[in-house]
Amino acid sequence: MMQLDEIQKRLLYEVADLHAVPEGAYNIRSNSQSAGRRSTENIEIVSKTDVSGLEIHIKPGTKNESVHIPVVMTESGLKEVVYNDFYIGEDADVVIVAGCGIDNCGNQDSQHDGIHRFFVEKNARVKYVEKHYGSGDGKGKRILNPVTEVYQKENSSVTMEMVQIKGVDDTERTTKAELDKGAKLVVRERLMTHGDQRAISVYEVELNGKASSADVVSRSVARDDSYQKFDAKIIGNAECTGHTECDSIIMDNGRILAVPGLEANCIDASLVHEAAIGKIAGDQLIKLMTLGLTEAEAEEQIINGFLR
Amino acid sequence: MLELKNLCFTVNVDGKEKNIIKNISLSVPDNKMVAVTGPNGGGKSTLAKLIAGIEHASSGKIIYNGVDITDMSITDRAKLGIGFAFQQPVKFKGITVFDLLRIASGKRISVKEACEYLSSVGLCARDYINREVNASLSGGELKRIEIATVIARGTSLSLFDEPEAGIDLWSFKNLIEVFRRMREMIKDSSIIIISHQERILSIADEIIVLKDGELDRTGTRDEILPSLIGTSSAVTDCKMGAVNGGEE
Repeated sequence: MMQLDEIQKRLLYEVADLHAVPEGAYNIRSNSQSAGRRSTENIEIVSKTDVSGLEIHIKPGTKNESVHIPVVMTESGLKEVVYNDFYIGEDADVVIVAGCGIDNCGNQDSQHDGIHRFFVEKNARVKYVEKHYGSGDGKGKRILNPVTEVYQKENSSVTMEMVQIKGVDDTERTTKAELDKGAKLVVRERLMTHGDQRAISVYEVELNGKASSADVVSRSVARDDSYQKFDAKIIGNAECTGHTECDSIIMDNGRILAVPGLEANCIDASLVHEAAIGKIAGDQLIKLMTLGLTEAEAEEQIINGFLR
Repeated sequence: MLELKNLCFTVNVDGKEKNIIKNISLSVPDNKMVAVTGPNGGGKSTLAKLIAGIEHASSGKIIYNGVDITDMSITDRAKLGIGFAFQQPVKFKGITVFDLLRIASGKRISVKEACEYLSSVGLCARDYINREVNASLSGGELKRIEIATVIARGTSLSLFDEPEAGIDLWSFKNLIEVFRRMREMIKDSSIIIISHQERILSIADEIIVLKDGELDRTGTRDEILPSLIGTSSAVTDCKMGAVNGGEE
């Protein structure tokens, strides 16, 4: 494996909880190059030939294995678009950890746009974790625009954890999903923006098969002068259940726009949207202050819990 | 020892001044459990909030162990050893029972220590320690966790605002036991409980009766309690539902 410097190691830890080379299959991308890769008997990682990116093939029946494909960028001014396709075989049960960390100390913008497509076969189960993290005090922005597409076959199950807590200046996240009969999608998004950051998150989930279901929940905090837009649309084309929820805390001059979108094209579709935006509840602060915390400490505890 | 000197609290309602607490002077000695009772709207909860710093007095003084705390913040009063159990426990998102007990104790407690606090309020700790402090818990459960946070702080002055409000009779009977034990282990501290429950009043050393924001009378339990029995200031278990949940 290619030698990583301390900053790259720290980014790896932030986005993938990695201290060392992960177990199982992995590909570590550092400043647009592969810094290490391993395929296993059941999981094959190969480079795409036409564009930059990877194909990850997971054999049917693969159980309890993981794939790590973190990306770290430390060179200022780097811009890249990466296409990663995941083919998850029938009955497989795997964990996929992606994520991108950018450290930008320079004056030029650094940008990583990852386009991830998931082809999930019958009865397969996937847990997908994606963390974004930015650091560095240069004037150049840290920009991440992830696109995620999920195609779920019969009775498959996908759980996605999307986390972006710190340091990313500009994000436009687009997630699309199409679900067949009995398929299940769960999304848990955690987002915090500060400074003058901007984050846009758009979901479009099509429930096409009988008894398919989607549960898309976003919890977010907008501080300082930051702006967020949460635009979640669920389309029910069959007997299905869909739920989206946007639960947000605004602080300072933070602004949030929540756009609920439900479209029922079948009489047996059952769709629910919930959205709540507000500042931290005064009684929560008071309670923690009666336990001896200062107001600032109380705020920190409330936000840490909220974004857990 | 807590001393209130000519304490007043006035609010502005539709341009008119309304006196909620009117010139109250009293003292709560160490090693005593003091119950505050009286009709709804009499100013009991407000008095507790003034002591904890959640509301600030319009005039008068609050002296705690010789220190004037009248203008102190909630946090500074908490650091001096004043604890407050809310009438309606606050709910959170993502904060667990363990988190709350850890914050309350002010140190990195072990799961075992946290469990001991929960056991002391009659909760089977293992079932609760990792639960979020949210609406999935019942009123009685939240109330006990609220009391456990005050116990975990090891405060020298503990205020309980209507511990019986919003809980069922069965939970209430267990709660009486919790307070009875607290009374037995009161060493070097004092407890103020706001309640109109006869069973709580009957374990207090002293009783203070507030009426229309004024001190109606105060004295030992034996002096005061007989005159309250049968009134709304000292109801029995079977009438609990009728007076519960009074927000003042």
